[in-house]
Amino acid sequence: MAYSEKVIEHYENPRNVGSFDKDDPSVGTGLVGAPACGDVMKLQLKITDEGIIEDAKFKTFGCGSAIASSSLATEWVKGMSIDQAMAIKNTQIVEELNLPPVKIHCSVLAEDAIKGAIADYKAKRAKGNGNGNA
Amino acid sequence: MSIKLPIYMDNHATTPVDPRVLDAMLPYFTQVFGNAASRSHSFGWSAEKAVEAARDQVGALIGASGREIVWTSGATESDNLAIKGAAEFLKDRGNHIITAQTEHKAVLDTCKRLEKEGFEVTYLPVGKDGRVSAESVRAAMTDKTTVVSIMLDNNEIGTVNPVNEIGAVVKEKGAVFHVDAVQGAGKVPFDVNAAKVDLASLSAHKMYGPKGVGALYVRRKPRVRITAQIDGGGHERGMRSGTLNVPAIVGFGKAAELARTEMASEAARLLKLRERLREAIQSQVDHTFINGSMEHRLPGDLNISFAYVEGEAMLMGLKDVAVSSGSACTSASLEPSYVLRAIGVDEELAHTSIRFGLGRFNTEEEVDYVVKIVVDKVKKLRELSPLYEMAQQGIDLKSITWAAH
Repeated sequence: MAYSEKVIEHYENPRNVGSFDKDDPSVGTGLVGAPACGDVMKLQLKITDEGIIEDAKFKTFGCGSAIASSSLATEWVKGMSIDQAMAIKNTQIVEELNLPPVKIHCSVLAEDAIKGAIADYKAKRAKGNGNGNA
Repeated sequence: MSIKLPIYMDNHATTPVDPRVLDAMLPYFTQVFGNAASRSHSFGWSAEKAVEAARDQVGALIGASGREIVWTSGATESDNLAIKGAAEFLKDRGNHIITAQTEHKAVLDTCKRLEKEGFEVTYLPVGKDGRVSAESVRAAMTDKTTVVSIMLDNNEIGTVNPVNEIGAVVKEKGAVFHVDAVQGAGKVPFDVNAAKVDLASLSAHKMYGPKGVGALYVRRKPRVRITAQIDGGGHERGMRSGTLNVPAIVGFGKAAELARTEMASEAARLLKLRERLREAIQSQVDHTFINGSMEHRLPGDLNISFAYVEGEAMLMGLKDVAVSSGSACTSASLEPSYVLRAIGVDEELAHTSIRFGLGRFNTEEEVDYVVKIVVDKVKKLRELSPLYEMAQQGIDLKSITWAAH
């Protein structure tokens, strides 16, 4: 399969690889996918009290397109408000990375991971402490 | 160290034509170009003579007579002709076919077609070692069984089936025994008489011959009869019509002769290379799993899972090395390898498998180079892997409820 230059670039130089402490109240964690399906993405957002995403990190088990989709997602969300990040659509990722149809599910996972991380953050805030489930 | 990139280590998929094979073929394109079926002039006679010599060479590789070799376009055609041809010919005697879950698609899909036409097919499970047992064949045989088709070596995991034992069981019951010998012939000893084989499929391009030519061994004593699948001029004793591809057949003959005469030394050399590759990888990378039997395996094959690292991402990292993966992502279907599933490999490990196929032209330097990149890429991708991180933290991945998608 031929990969787009952008996928290769993200694969070779993934942005924002790593982890935050999932118990930190300012951190939201999204874990999506399944090992049996061949893709698992963990995307974490560090969010200020004002609702701005100040930092993002990811780790991905998956093909090059999955790695690139999550790397790109972390790059995009940094500096965004929660609402702006919620508005990111998988189709934007498909377009930016030139993903072929067979790889569209990678972009869907990245979108789900962002939404999952924000939902986790909101759940933690609602509880008013840092004991939310990551 | 000067190494020519990219490195080819996918010799199960195909092999390069040996220069000695090419030399043998060349005159048959422009000089001896006659139709082997032309009986009225020397062009035809010369072509026919070359074809008959190649028949003997291919026959000798598997302990057969040249007169038992039928030329085809490749092993897919051979498998189709063998199974459909025998099943149809014997349909008044029975309608039951036995094969195994790990067979090549050319066999499985042929059997599926026959199922649609009213035949019954048993797809035998295999052990964790990837092998079909003679006992399981015996247990599956009924009075209606007419054809048993079991491969010599598996194309994905390189495991070698006990065809001699299976052949004995099949003949006890009097069914026709077909062996898809594509991966194994020329690489491990295979004798149609020792294995009591009636039909055997062979392919030239897996043994350093050209693509587009194969053969079907059809036993003469006692005579095995099959129904032709291609109608026409009645070539190949009526079993396979069509003008013979003389240059390719000459190349196949030469390739078979080289495989036969060099098999022992080449197998020893490949085994040494394969072990060098395996030992170096396993001593530097933890959480690796070999898929299939190590004992009964093609000498040049290594199928290994690198836990927590997805196969396609690995292939992308090994961009100067041609290997393949059992990962779903390398196929259009998004299903991981059915062979790995059949031997009980967890789906998540199936996604992490890499198949190395060493061949005649691989060198120690290439192996060392590949080891270096493999170790490097696994480390890099594990740093990226949330599963590796969780495993390091002692989290049992099976305890998590994953949202399948």
